[in-house]
Amino acid sequence: MAKLTEIRWHGRGGQGAKTAALLFGEAALSEGKYIQAFPEYGPERTGAPVQSFNRISEEPITIHCHVRNPNVVVVLDPTLIGAVDVTAGLTPGGVIIINTQQSVAEMKKKLGADGHRVYTLDASTIAKETIGRDIPNTPMLGALVKVTGLLSYDTVMEDTRKKLEKKFRNRPEVIEGNLKAIERAYNEVKGVE
Amino acid sequence: MAKVLDKAAEAAQERGAVKTALTGNEAVAQAMRQINPDVVAAYPITPQTEIVQIYSSFVADGLVNTEFVAVESEHSAMSASIGASAAGARAMTATSSQGLALMWEMLYIAAGLRLPIVMPVTNRALSAPINIHCDHSDTMGARDAGWIHIFSENSQEAYDNTIQAIRIAEHPDVLLPVMVTTDGFIISHAMEVVEVEDDERVRKFVGAYKPDRYLLDVDHPITMGGLDFTDYYFEHRRSLAEPIFGANKRIVEIGEEFGREFGRRYGLFEEYRMDDAEYATIILGSTAGTAKVAVDELREQGVKAGMIKVRVFRPFPHEEIAGAIAGCKVVAVMDRSDGLSGRGGPVFGEVRSSICDREKKPVTVGYVYGLGGRDINVEMIESVYRDMQEIAATGKRALVSYLGVRE
Repeated sequence: MAKLTEIRWHGRGGQGAKTAALLFGEAALSEGKYIQAFPEYGPERTGAPVQSFNRISEEPITIHCHVRNPNVVVVLDPTLIGAVDVTAGLTPGGVIIINTQQSVAEMKKKLGADGHRVYTLDASTIAKETIGRDIPNTPMLGALVKVTGLLSYDTVMEDTRKKLEKKFRNRPEVIEGNLKAIERAYNEVKGVE
Repeated sequence: MAKVLDKAAEAAQERGAVKTALTGNEAVAQAMRQINPDVVAAYPITPQTEIVQIYSSFVADGLVNTEFVAVESEHSAMSASIGASAAGARAMTATSSQGLALMWEMLYIAAGLRLPIVMPVTNRALSAPINIHCDHSDTMGARDAGWIHIFSENSQEAYDNTIQAIRIAEHPDVLLPVMVTTDGFIISHAMEVVEVEDDERVRKFVGAYKPDRYLLDVDHPITMGGLDFTDYYFEHRRSLAEPIFGANKRIVEIGEEFGREFGRRYGLFEEYRMDDAEYATIILGSTAGTAKVAVDELREQGVKAGMIKVRVFRPFPHEEIAGAIAGCKVVAVMDRSDGLSGRGGPVFGEVRSSICDREKKPVTVGYVYGLGGRDINVEMIESVYRDMQEIAATGKRALVSYLGVRE
């Protein structure tokens, strides 16, 4: 893995693109890595395309500009494909993980993603079945962990549990649902050789 | 490198520091929690809002015993801070942009009354047009108000500087208000790794506030803010120059003491690979971090590149910076605000004034960049170094350029 990994999350306002970046960043910190997690601040509103970003490194990160050439792109909403140029700036050999019911082959064709590694996950169905709502960010976190191998699965599960326990003290079903979603995503993401 | 980091990590663990993922605003709020001032009077404004919001939750949760005054404007926030400080309390507030602009007349009063108020400012552009993103126009406009200005590169520095600012402001030789700035959104809303130090250690470092003179000291009545016409006004304003002149000595002492206590030493500015540098940039805030990456890449290509990150902008370390750049061929001064002076931004003016009487001095050029949050990346900074090499080769230069603007 390169010294510095840059990740771009695409979502729609309300889907948790920012939260996913924060969760992933915090999980990376608990493995002793240096991290950045930040959203793009524009005129956001529910349903509008939004982006958020991570930087992950073994060494302190001093760079503070936008992420223009991510190594990894995560797409939380299938309807963004075609509406937003999700592969813009993606490095050669870079990874793109898409929440969709379509196959990897179909997605490759749609994106024309030559030279990129494409992975798919039906995160919305997993989210509905585990969390009870179409909030695809935690399942996509599971897929990201599996595909990139940047963080250990156990660390992410443990750290996410801690975070959720703080936020949802009185709603254990939310915590369990989210953890189940990560577990299923980790096992169900397609395209992994 | 790894060994050095391990050693630092061990030392951090020993003193009870916890590596935490925090945004700049969260880091500042944590510093304020540990400082636990007597009074915080503040009004929310993007991108500073979270500082006030988080701090008010600390108050509500009983984590601090601060009197939190939810005022109706920034003018009142500064007025209430002045009142509290004059009464003898340790007072803090925080603001951004238009909020700082609304404090204007009160900023001068805080300094003129020698009140050690500490104010984190999350740098944001000024209207018009309306913009919520980062540039330094807001605090640069307040550069002659008699406040000390300390800039932060990242969340860690925002945290460290806020803690040190209390000591600087309250030092008996200084007794001036201090603003600690962080770049709006770029730092204020970006989560990074911050070492949060042990509460007790920070409290010990900050110490108790024991003002010499204050209004509620009824046994020693004083007047503050009296009328001063042609008879004494000049003398009082003249006396304001002394603590400003002397402050840098104290800032360095406190920065060194902070380094001994917490492992991160601070001076007036940071020199990055300046030892044999022929080409240097002078930068404030988060862009300095991005410039470090550019300098490293240029060094690998054999370019003798260096960078100076100004931490203390007021009082400006004229002699020290002039000395640090004396051996350079060309120096590019990067301003994240446009002074509209016809001669580039305010930092450019300061640097030029620092070197103008020196016999040996570099060629200087000014760049105005990043207004309203316009991104500045490694390639753009590298282009500035290429410009400098070109200037050295040809002797031709544009005195002031605008970097990253569509013309």
